[in-house]
Amino acid sequence: MELTRRTLFRIAGAASAGAAASALAPAAQAALRARPDAKGVLVDTTLCVGCRTCEAACAEANKLPEPERPGDDTIFETRRETGPDSFTVVNKSPKKSPSGDDRFGKKQCLHCIEPACASACAVNALEKTPDGPVTYKANRCLGCRYCMVACPFEIPKYEYAKTVPTVRKCTFCAERQKEGKPPACAENCPMGALTFGKRDELIEEAKKRIYQNPDKYVHRVYGEEEAGGTSWLYISDVPFESLALKTRVQNSSYPARVEGALSTVPWVMTLWPPLLAGLYTFTNRKDAVQSEEETHE
Amino acid sequence: MSSTAAVSRPANWQEWIRDHVFLGMSSRDYLKSLWTPADVIIGLILLAGIPVIIYRFVAGLGAVTNLDQTTPWGLWIGLDVASGVALAAGGYTVACTVYIFGQKKYSPIVRPAVLTGMLGYLLVVLGLLVDLGMPWHLPYPLFLHFGTTSVMFELAWCVALYFCVLIFEFLPAVLEWAGLRKVRLYLAKFTIGAIIAGVMLSTLHQSSLGSLFLLVPDKLHPLWYSPFLPFFFFLSSIAAGIGMVIFESSLSHKAFHDQIKKGRPVDLDGITVGLSKGGALVLFAYFFLKVQGVVAGGSWHLLGTKMGALFLTEMLGFILLPSLLFAFAAHFYKPGLARFAAILTVLGIVLNRINVSWLALNWDAPNRYVPSGYEILTSLTIIAIGVAAFRWIVNRMPVLVEHPDYKGIH
Repeated sequence: MELTRRTLFRIAGAASAGAAASALAPAAQAALRARPDAKGVLVDTTLCVGCRTCEAACAEANKLPEPERPGDDTIFETRRETGPDSFTVVNKSPKKSPSGDDRFGKKQCLHCIEPACASACAVNALEKTPDGPVTYKANRCLGCRYCMVACPFEIPKYEYAKTVPTVRKCTFCAERQKEGKPPACAENCPMGALTFGKRDELIEEAKKRIYQNPDKYVHRVYGEEEAGGTSWLYISDVPFESLALKTRVQNSSYPARVEGALSTVPWVMTLWPPLLAGLYTFTNRKDAVQSEEETHE
Repeated sequence: MSSTAAVSRPANWQEWIRDHVFLGMSSRDYLKSLWTPADVIIGLILLAGIPVIIYRFVAGLGAVTNLDQTTPWGLWIGLDVASGVALAAGGYTVACTVYIFGQKKYSPIVRPAVLTGMLGYLLVVLGLLVDLGMPWHLPYPLFLHFGTTSVMFELAWCVALYFCVLIFEFLPAVLEWAGLRKVRLYLAKFTIGAIIAGVMLSTLHQSSLGSLFLLVPDKLHPLWYSPFLPFFFFLSSIAAGIGMVIFESSLSHKAFHDQIKKGRPVDLDGITVGLSKGGALVLFAYFFLKVQGVVAGGSWHLLGTKMGALFLTEMLGFILLPSLLFAFAAHFYKPGLARFAAILTVLGIVLNRINVSWLALNWDAPNRYVPSGYEILTSLTIIAIGVAAFRWIVNRMPVLVEHPDYKGIH
């Protein structure tokens, strides 16, 4: 095939069209960020008594089976993870508080400000809504489970037992929030350990409690920095890892780690075709000149 | 071209089918000819494996796999998908060498490399279909919902487009087989365009397969996690392509010896030794870059651990060693040694992809995943489908030898 200038233009044109399409990526990336007045929950673990009312309220609100062994403290003997049918679980800390009380950690989706799971989803089945919740649309999910691989907190769970399986996790009661109601767990906590509100204000509240009781609390708000910030925040008087919260996580955004690689896509699409076409013309011209010279000799 | 009269036209379609599909035999003789060890083994694997695949769709992933909540990706993703994509890289590697870099001496291996690539991607798609929870949603990222922040989205597009490119690149062989001369000659105009698109798409998705894991800095073992992951995956795909082409061509030249004897003689030893020069360079660069990854990650102290031993096995036994063997084979003209190095290279890339997507991912989880018998059987079935398709095509279409009517057309 002869490579004319027109073909070259055509290739370059196709490439830049593709590049323009992928230039949309950074804009979409910005959409991941939550609004400044997005909602959050502050968990003051020093107030939690491990009654697991939140588990029951969650199950009811999300039409899940009742939590196993309600009211039976032997459930705390093993550390539990969330599951396809249990969006929140309460674990007992092996460490007691300085005052000798039992401490508990409630686990559920933390609704990251820049969620790795949503950024990983090829079809936007998982989405960060501006109000805070990370929601899921099963009707478009491929079931590739990259969200599960991506989540640093290991929250999305899969229905392996089902023929038509979906990803399952806490939705931050997005539907209830639309109606102006707080999440079921926060509404039903009898100890006031879960405060629902604007995330910015909750961080202030958390820090106020730490400043006012500097000898009591760990000097850190879990979720302020974790994974670049999460909607759910925790304060505690025992180390966070003993509350079964993941501490081996980055203090920066996860999607940002992939931005660099994704932003090279338009470059490769724009530069490769003309580069390769040029190389092709060069080698072919060399061959043509060589064979011409040979025939002249 | 010399003569168009040379194109023989069969009298009727029954005859055409007998000549082109049943290799000139009656259907009874054809069935008898399938009674060979290779065909019987493939047949047995399919007989056992296809019901398992059906069962997987009836009963769900949990019924056949050992996947769990901490290990959502297992053998199918590690072997059939991640390794499959890398091992199918021979298509773009050889096409680029011959058409773009003008290394015409490798042109006899373009078609088998493109065929291996095309079937490789077919296996990748089959692997994905069994692994995806809702495979009927597979067209969504292409046509309906665009998750532009996802590397998986980019992968879906590139793999889909590149699969089309590979089919297009292989189309000439199909058209020559079908005797559609005019279409065949018309399509030749687009060869270079297709090859350029193929190299571009391969650069993108081979590296993206590595970029997938940029998102898991805490879960992937530090010896494998690196910001260079996309470069590791791209560079190693070239090595995998070269290794696969050497391995596949030496197998083909034994298995299809009778067919090749009839064609124009091909200097396979020369080609193998030439390729091993490229293999040595690429593998060495890859080895060096991986060392840089360890330096940049500050993970020297982890080399003494159990995972470190796995890493060193991969690095020394399956990257550095084949690199040196390739160099030795190229320098002293040892095609046999080059073939051994090619096998090591291919195994090394499979080991790497399995390490990154499975063994080194969540390496410290309390319960480690081990694939179930059903998973292994399904993977074998998918590979068997590929081998069967390769044999079926090579026995009929001009892949290993040129079609006498189309000499010198590219």
